[in-house]
Amino acid sequence: MPRTLRSPGRQLYELMSSMRFAVSLLTVLAIASIIGTVVKQNEPYNNYLNQFGQFWFPVFEWLGLYSVYHASWFLTILTFLVASTSLCIIRQAPGMVREMKSFRTGAREASLRQFAHKHITQTLLSRNEAQQKVAEYLAAQGYKSRTKDQAGGVLIAAKAGSWNRMGYLLAHSAIVLICVGGLLDGDLPLKLEMVLGSKKVTDLDKPFGEIGAESRLGPEHWSYRGNVFLPEGKRSNIAVLNVKDGALLQELPFSITLKKFHIEHYSTGMPKRFASDIVLTDLKTGAEIEHTIEVNKPFEYHGISLYQASFEDGGSKLKLKAHSLLPGSTRVTDAATEVGDSLQLKQGNNALHVEITGFRPFNVENMAAAPTPGTGDQGKLAMLNHSIDQALGSGAKSPDGKDLRNVGPSFSYKIRDEAGQAREYNNYMAPIQQDGRSFYMTGMRETPADGFRYLRIPADEDGKLDTWFALRALLTTRSEHALIARRFAAKAMSGRNVADTVRTRLADAAERTLQLYSERGFESLGQFINDSVPENERGNAADALVPVLQGCAWEAWQLLRERQQLKPLAMNPTRADYLRDAVNSISDSFHYGAPVYLELDQFDEVKASVIQATRSPGKFGVYLGCALLVAGVFFMLYVRERRLFVLLKDSGEVLLALSSNRKTLDTDHEFTRHQDAIESLLNHGTRTP
Amino acid sequence: MELAHPKAPTSLLKRRSPLDWLAALLLSGGALFALNRYGAFMDGYEQAILLAAIPTFIALAWAWPGLRNLLAGTALLALGGISLYHADLARAEQVFFLKYFLSSQTAIGWMCFLFFLATASYWLGLLAKSEFAEKTGTALTWAAVLMGVTGMLVRWYESYLIGTDIGHIPISNLYEVFVLFSLITALLYLHYERRYATRKLGAFVLIVISAAVGFTLWYTFSRGAHEIQPLVPALQSYWMKIHVPANFIGYGAFSLSAMIGVAWLLAERGILASRLPTLAVMEDVMYKAIAIGFAFFTVATILGALWAAEAWGTYWQWDPKETWALIVWLNYAAWLHLRLTKGLRGSVLAWWAVVGLLVTTFAFLGVNMFLSGLHSYGEL
Repeated sequence: MPRTLRSPGRQLYELMSSMRFAVSLLTVLAIASIIGTVVKQNEPYNNYLNQFGQFWFPVFEWLGLYSVYHASWFLTILTFLVASTSLCIIRQAPGMVREMKSFRTGAREASLRQFAHKHITQTLLSRNEAQQKVAEYLAAQGYKSRTKDQAGGVLIAAKAGSWNRMGYLLAHSAIVLICVGGLLDGDLPLKLEMVLGSKKVTDLDKPFGEIGAESRLGPEHWSYRGNVFLPEGKRSNIAVLNVKDGALLQELPFSITLKKFHIEHYSTGMPKRFASDIVLTDLKTGAEIEHTIEVNKPFEYHGISLYQASFEDGGSKLKLKAHSLLPGSTRVTDAATEVGDSLQLKQGNNALHVEITGFRPFNVENMAAAPTPGTGDQGKLAMLNHSIDQALGSGAKSPDGKDLRNVGPSFSYKIRDEAGQAREYNNYMAPIQQDGRSFYMTGMRETPADGFRYLRIPADEDGKLDTWFALRALLTTRSEHALIARRFAAKAMSGRNVADTVRTRLADAAERTLQLYSERGFESLGQFINDSVPENERGNAADALVPVLQGCAWEAWQLLRERQQLKPLAMNPTRADYLRDAVNSISDSFHYGAPVYLELDQFDEVKASVIQATRSPGKFGVYLGCALLVAGVFFMLYVRERRLFVLLKDSGEVLLALSSNRKTLDTDHEFTRHQDAIESLLNHGTRTP
Repeated sequence: MELAHPKAPTSLLKRRSPLDWLAALLLSGGALFALNRYGAFMDGYEQAILLAAIPTFIALAWAWPGLRNLLAGTALLALGGISLYHADLARAEQVFFLKYFLSSQTAIGWMCFLFFLATASYWLGLLAKSEFAEKTGTALTWAAVLMGVTGMLVRWYESYLIGTDIGHIPISNLYEVFVLFSLITALLYLHYERRYATRKLGAFVLIVISAAVGFTLWYTFSRGAHEIQPLVPALQSYWMKIHVPANFIGYGAFSLSAMIGVAWLLAERGILASRLPTLAVMEDVMYKAIAIGFAFFTVATILGALWAAEAWGTYWQWDPKETWALIVWLNYAAWLHLRLTKGLRGSVLAWWAVVGLLVTTFAFLGVNMFLSGLHSYGEL
């Protein structure tokens, strides 16, 4: 293109409306979008700080990478795209409409001879007769045609598929509509309001009522998407919008009361239905509407849609029994609390700060033992046969190793030490069956990234915790060690003729074992063995200590019963299991990290529903745009514009030419078909295609 | 290379064979029977869709005899399988025909096996220039599709036998959509095979189907993914029934075009050039596949947005799946612009189609594997 003098405005217009510019913008948009999928979006800022470190965190924040799709530069690109596409349409549309209407009857013979698809033939028919036959044929083929006399002949100019160009206009206007609608529903109005109305985000450290107008948006706000947190029986007209590292409060023109939240599960424990029975009260008119909102079944009121977004605990009331784990203590204190609250527990000289973080009314766990793989070639073959068998048959068959069971309620809490470090606990209310025995499970972890490590406290013969705590208290009371050790030694040596010194030596050894055990469980015993026993005898020493410990525990158990004036027990395999589990779990309890175990005694569940309120008036533009886009794509891809020219010359020569803006094999084939048909039409006059 | 020309659309009704009329009769009869017997369980939309299915399937069956036979075959096998169940899932293990042919897992197993055989046949035909082997490849592909569709239909029925609240169309998780992907890609290929009267491209297209089948098998044996799972609340929507298939027509067509792209690039370098169709034909198939894929992908993405507006509260929220769908869409929009507006041809487009498969695969699988988001229904 020769460089001519054009005004800068004209140059800008041409650049902006060029396809090159639009495609460059789209490429940048695609790359920016990819960044947004790689960096997790809209996380709490602390997560980014941990992930990227002190240096990069502010750089990425400045670049807007934590919320790419709402970053100013991203919105700017989108705006440019809208402008560029609009200009492109404005620039192309008049020409396109002209093209759609035009039949190009002014085409010259010389230019028709340049077409890729052309054919020259002869006819003996008169001009009128030929003209009529060709016109009829073209009409039957779905072509519209115009006839124009030219010097030395007549030109029949026909066209079909003009909607192809309409497709271009539809699809490109659709893009503009969708982008404009999307921008209106996006963050742009909020950004404007934050600047113009000088709104500030709040970190929600106060109750809603105390948060000032600078963090509130009125009901007239154009578009938003926020969450309304509603415990059962409570009412709210505030949706919380998460903005950057804080939040804004969106006032709704109505209040919502949650009557009841329903949650249903399949037998596998997978959720089946979430539903909220709500009452919506219009704040202006006072009108009340009852409705049930479910996932996939939102409710719309005056342009505001309400969705079932999620659910939480709404402050379930829990009655707890706090069992002291201090040495020798059997103290149990009752506490009443609710989820979301915290409580102070006195343990010895310290006050413990306990935050109740959650409650689950039931838990479905896979209780199956891991499958044991076969050994050797035969085992492998059997495994292969088995797995093929598993893959045949119906799709309903559960793969191996699944036994889903509801193991009852659980609750979770955090205990904070003086340094502010919190340990997290998760306790099940009812004992859980494992290997044919039942255990109270209590899990502990030091950071949220870890899995819970479970302390398994064996349930006693009444299915309770009492025996274990009593036994633990006795075994951790130093003053009782000598008595237990003596009784153990007497029992162990009874009926055997041994010197008193041997018995005393055994009692001393048992007492020493108990003392070590009551410090840090097996850990202190192991330490002792490492320090005082030569390396090659350590295994034997450890093996010898375990029966001593279990024997002492058994004696302690009997001692407890004596003191409670209960009959002594006879040993049996169940009790031996209990004893072993108790000795192991008491040892583990020294690593529990808290001086107290919280038993869930009773609960009264209160659920809360999170309802999302959205207002997106731009969606009508977007939906209309989508409809236009589908129509546009269809016309562009499946309607081919074809122009067929038949020049009937007075000399009897006939020139056929076809042009199409889609160069496909279909076009080649179509021309061959028309060429054959018209040729035979003009030469025989009888054949129909 | 000649195109198998469809004749001019005259006397549509006159040229129908008795088999065509039988197909029309059976299709309308079957649909009306279903409406009469189960209409009470359907809402207005479902009844309308069922009625609209009659002319749609008749048109498809008339336009494509292979599809007509497939419809008849799957109806016969699926109904046969269902009738053998006597509403008792345990019979899948006890009845010979169910255990070894018609229960869903076994039928899908046959599909996998037949697709592998078809791949081998097509390659044998291509390398040995054996028309017989190629025809065998076509027959095996049809057989694989027959068993696959049967397996899916029986699986649909089985899901209701587990529990009426659990029953749902088998396109709800990664395992099921992989089977769907294999079937749709195969059908698209069979369509082009007939339309362009060449069996030479089967060797290439069946590679991508075999890869999908390989993944399905791995997923079954190592993860037990074939177990029918109930639908989580977010998936309990009619949108699923149209959004997912529309998407997979897109994915299938894009994969097909990529494999044709590979064939094109090989032929351009003189590899297998004497055995493959001309570059012009391959280019045309590539364009046709991308065009149909793009049209369906556009519709599928819009359907997804409409569904998102109902389930998640907004039609677009830059969820990784949405974003990658947009990237795939932009990618093929650019491809079409280059070809249609700029008139570009040749190796750039072929390479682009091949690279497009990587982008598509990432949108389909990679997002599930590496990125988290709301659309995590098929986690690995």
